Amino acid sequence: MIDALNAVLALLVLGLAVWTVVARSTFAAAVGFVAYGMLLTLAWVQLQSVDVALTEGAIGGGLTGAMLIAAASRLRGTEAAARAERPGLPIRLAAALVAACVAAALAIAVVSLPDPAPTLAYETADNLAATGVGNPLTGVLLAFRAMDTLLEAIVVLFAMIGVWSLAPDRAWGGRPGRVQRADPDGILAYLARVLPPIGIVVAVYIFWIGADLPGGKFQGASILAAMWLLAVMAGLADAPPVSRKWIRFALIGGPVVFMAIGAAGVVTAGAFLAYPDGLAKPLIKVIEWALLPSLALTLALILAGAPERPVR
Amino acid sequence: MTDPATLFGLCAAALVGLGVYALIVNPQPLRKIIAFNVVGNGVFVLFGAIAHRGAGAGWGGDPVPQALLITGLVVAFSATALAVTVLLRLFDETGSATLASDVPAKPDAAGDA
Repeated sequence: MIDALNAVLALLVLGLAVWTVVARSTFAAAVGFVAYGMLLTLAWVQLQSVDVALTEGAIGGGLTGAMLIAAASRLRGTEAAARAERPGLPIRLAAALVAACVAAALAIAVVSLPDPAPTLAYETADNLAATGVGNPLTGVLLAFRAMDTLLEAIVVLFAMIGVWSLAPDRAWGGRPGRVQRADPDGILAYLARVLPPIGIVVAVYIFWIGADLPGGKFQGASILAAMWLLAVMAGLADAPPVSRKWIRFALIGGPVVFMAIGAAGVVTAGAFLAYPDGLAKPLIKVIEWALLPSLALTLALILAGAPERPVR
Repeated sequence: MTDPATLFGLCAAALVGLGVYALIVNPQPLRKIIAFNVVGNGVFVLFGAIAHRGAGAGWGGDPVPQALLITGLVVAFSATALAVTVLLRLFDETGSATLASDVPAKPDAAGDA
C-alpha cells in the first residue's frame, strides 16, 4: 500500500516538474513550482527526513515559490518577446539527448549504489551524548559540522548584501521593493491579520523543539520571515529603509555571536568551534537563539528585494 | 515495488534530466532559474535517498547528509534570490528580460515598469 502511495507521489512530483517546464506562461510555471515543492515535502517525509521536509516546505517551496511568483508577475510583459527566442527542433532534440544521458547516468548510479550503504549514523549516535542535544541533525549542524553552519549563515548574509548591491544609486539606503497596495477589507489583509500570531507561535515552537525533535532555527526563521512578508504584502507593514543602524546590527548579530563562541573554543577547548566539556548544549542554545532573529531578518530582506524607494 | 530510497532516487535522476533539458531549451531567464531549481531539487532528493539508505542507530537516515541537505537548501534559496534580483534589475534597466546577445536597441516598455 505504502509502496503504491510512494509511486503515485513520485509520479505527481515528476508530473508537476514537467508542468514547470512546459507551461506556456511563466506565472503558471511558478505556481506549479510551489505545488511541486509541497509534494516534494511529502517525498522528504517518506525518506524519513522530517527536518529536511520542514526546510523544503518553508524555504524550498514557500519562500522560493513566493519569490518566483512575484518575479513572474512583474516580468509578464516580456513573455511574448521571449517565446520568439525558443530554439529550433535540432537544438531541442540535442538538449533532450543530453538530458536523457544525464538522467540515465544518475539512474544507473542509483541502482548500483553500494550495499550495505556507508553511514555515519552510528558514529553520530556514539558521540551525540557529548553534545547534550537529542536531535541528531542539530548535533551535526551545531557541533560536528558547525563550520558548515557558520559559513551557511554567512552565505545567506552575503546573498542579502548581493541583493542590496543591485539597488539603483538613487534608491540606495531606501526601502526595499514596491509600495504594496491591497484591499484593506480583502481576504489578503484578513489573512495577514489572522495568520501571523499563529505563524509566530508555530515558528517559535519549531525552533524551540529543534534541539530534541525535528525542527530548528532555519525552519523557524523561514516561517517568521514569511509571516512578516505576508503583512508587508497586505500593506499592513512596510519594509524599513536598509540604511537603518539597527538593521545592520540585527543582521550581523547571529554570525558574530557564533564566531565569538567559535573563537572562544580555541582557548577553552583547543579548537575553533569546539565546545568545552559539559557546556556544549548551553552554548548551542546561545548560538541558536542568536541566529534565529538574524536569519529571519536576513531571509525576509532577501525576499523584500533590492532597495527601490529612496528615503525622503 | 521497490524501497523508497531507490524509487525516489530514480525520481531524482528524472528531475535532474528534466531540469537540464529546460535549462538549455527555455529562453526566458526566469524559466531557467526555475529549471535550475528543479536540477537542484533532483540533486537534493538523490542525496536524501542516499541518506535514507544509510539508516542506522534507530534513525530513519544518516543524519550527516541530512544536516548538509538543510544547509544546501538554504544556500540554494540564497542563490536563487540573488539570480531573481539580478534579473529584475536587468528588466528595470533595459525594459526587457532577454539573454539574447542582439538586444533590440530600446524596447518600448515604460521607464518605471
